[in-house]
Amino acid sequence: MIRQPANLIIGSALLIFIGGMALLALFWTPYEPAAIKLIAKLKPPSAQFWLGTDEFGRDVVSRLMTGAVQSMTVAILTVAFAITVGTITGLIAGYTRGLVDRILMVFSDALLAFPGTLLALGLMVISGPNKYGIILALGIAYSPSVLRVVRASVLSAREREYVEASRVIGNSEFATMFRHVLPNCTAPIVVLATSMFGWVVLAESGLSFLGLGVPPPAPTWGNMLSAARTYIEKAPWLGLAPGICISMTLLGINLLGDALRDRFDPRMEQR
Amino acid sequence: MHALSKYIAKRLLWTLPTLLIVAAMVFFLVRMIPGDPAQLILGDSASPDELANLRANLGLDRPVPVQFLYWLGNVLRGDLGHSISNGAPVLPLMLDRFQVSATIVVVAVALATLIAVPAGLVAAWRQNEHVDIAIVAASTLLMSVPSFWLGLVLLLVFGLKLGWLPVVGYVPFTEKPWTAITYVILPVVTLMLIEVGVLTRMMRASAIEILRLEYVMHARAKGLSEAKVLLRHVLPNAFAPTWTMIGLVLGGLLGGIAVLETVFTLPGLGRLLVDAIFARDYPVVQGCLLFTALIYVIVNLIVDLCYPLFDPRVTAS
Repeated sequence: MIRQPANLIIGSALLIFIGGMALLALFWTPYEPAAIKLIAKLKPPSAQFWLGTDEFGRDVVSRLMTGAVQSMTVAILTVAFAITVGTITGLIAGYTRGLVDRILMVFSDALLAFPGTLLALGLMVISGPNKYGIILALGIAYSPSVLRVVRASVLSAREREYVEASRVIGNSEFATMFRHVLPNCTAPIVVLATSMFGWVVLAESGLSFLGLGVPPPAPTWGNMLSAARTYIEKAPWLGLAPGICISMTLLGINLLGDALRDRFDPRMEQR
Repeated sequence: MHALSKYIAKRLLWTLPTLLIVAAMVFFLVRMIPGDPAQLILGDSASPDELANLRANLGLDRPVPVQFLYWLGNVLRGDLGHSISNGAPVLPLMLDRFQVSATIVVVAVALATLIAVPAGLVAAWRQNEHVDIAIVAASTLLMSVPSFWLGLVLLLVFGLKLGWLPVVGYVPFTEKPWTAITYVILPVVTLMLIEVGVLTRMMRASAIEILRLEYVMHARAKGLSEAKVLLRHVLPNAFAPTWTMIGLVLGGLLGGIAVLETVFTLPGLGRLLVDAIFARDYPVVQGCLLFTALIYVIVNLIVDLCYPLFDPRVTAS
């Protein structure tokens, strides 16, 4: 919405920073993120600990970096899950139409009748708080939106001449669907996947904040914030840093999303 | 008028199958948890007699679809069972907590709308000028901040550092209205700030589209003042999509407010659900899920039914 290059540049820069932080954490962190050192607890930011230490004397920078790995993993896997399930069901619904389509739509409507986070909360009841539970719960909650977008593009693409031509020259329905119909849905899927990445980061940090997400001692931005609540007056840096990381990620996604939306489809609205 | 009543009837009818499936999902969600449902519902301290009683009551010896109908029958009579933790009936418990959540959400969204509509309109009117860029940047930034973190920061600044407002707790309005307000100011302001971002962007986007239409040019050519063009011709038409967004935001918030209620320790519906999940209080979990989904569906229904007021074309199609 701001000038196109500004969106693209600032958005990508923020995401590259967060992504780089996560990648770096796979190989190196300033300190061991889980190392407890009680003599160094609740230290304010200093040259030794750039963003201070938490109530167990663990280095905040190291934990933020490891937290970025957690958030990115959950977000990437959840988006991949929702896009895969949503695209396959959307293709089937849009391409076969008829009874199968009706059944899929009834289910997707019912899933969409729950606010996304609520559905995930409900599914967490079954899975219990763990990383894969979140991925599954959020993945299921977000796939109906993908189904709808894909189905709509398939419905408009399937009547085109080149799809007809593919059938006429004897390609199977399956090949036609994947080779000629699916590529037409890429633009809306990319736009949706980008926003969804943001929803997942937000939802995961919210669930972890509530204690229903990735359980400690594994650091996530959400559970770091949750732990920081107790020390908010004594050690405000504990609460500020994870929130700034979440906001930077979301801002990056929103700016990049705007840039993509302007590029692919100026009329597409966000959910 | 005929088209309008047909639209309303159709929309109402469409809601029924959705609600039925929502109810089925909530029912099976709890049934999918491994273990004896009667034991889950009564908790570990239940006597064998109580268990046998409840099993008969739930019709656990019958086929699952029959069990569902039993349960649905109870739900329709307003009987959502009793909380395992404190034995209180679920429905009054939820309604009590819902008042807290609803007050905060409705006030926050109303205030957000009052800010977002003029801000979005001005931004669209001055598209790509400094005012617009400032408004868009501010709303994109607000949209990117998680509510629970913003809440925490406001709590730190206004509650702890400046000491202007109480930090945690809640007092019902009926007891001490003035104190009650001081307790909800921070949660309301937090939610309002978050939602202003989304709504402003929505309002701006639709106002830009309307401003491009011919009748706006016509209105200007007639010599109407800019204020009149904006208020009389752009605002009513641009508001319709924002109105739909308000519905989604309202419903979504009722589901997602648990985090904010945790930050401010408010006894709302979201907190009730989360506590129930931790306590494995399944009747309460089931009740809260069903109730929140119902509210979401009803809010969206009301929004859709009001839609023709803003955009008469809806009933025509």
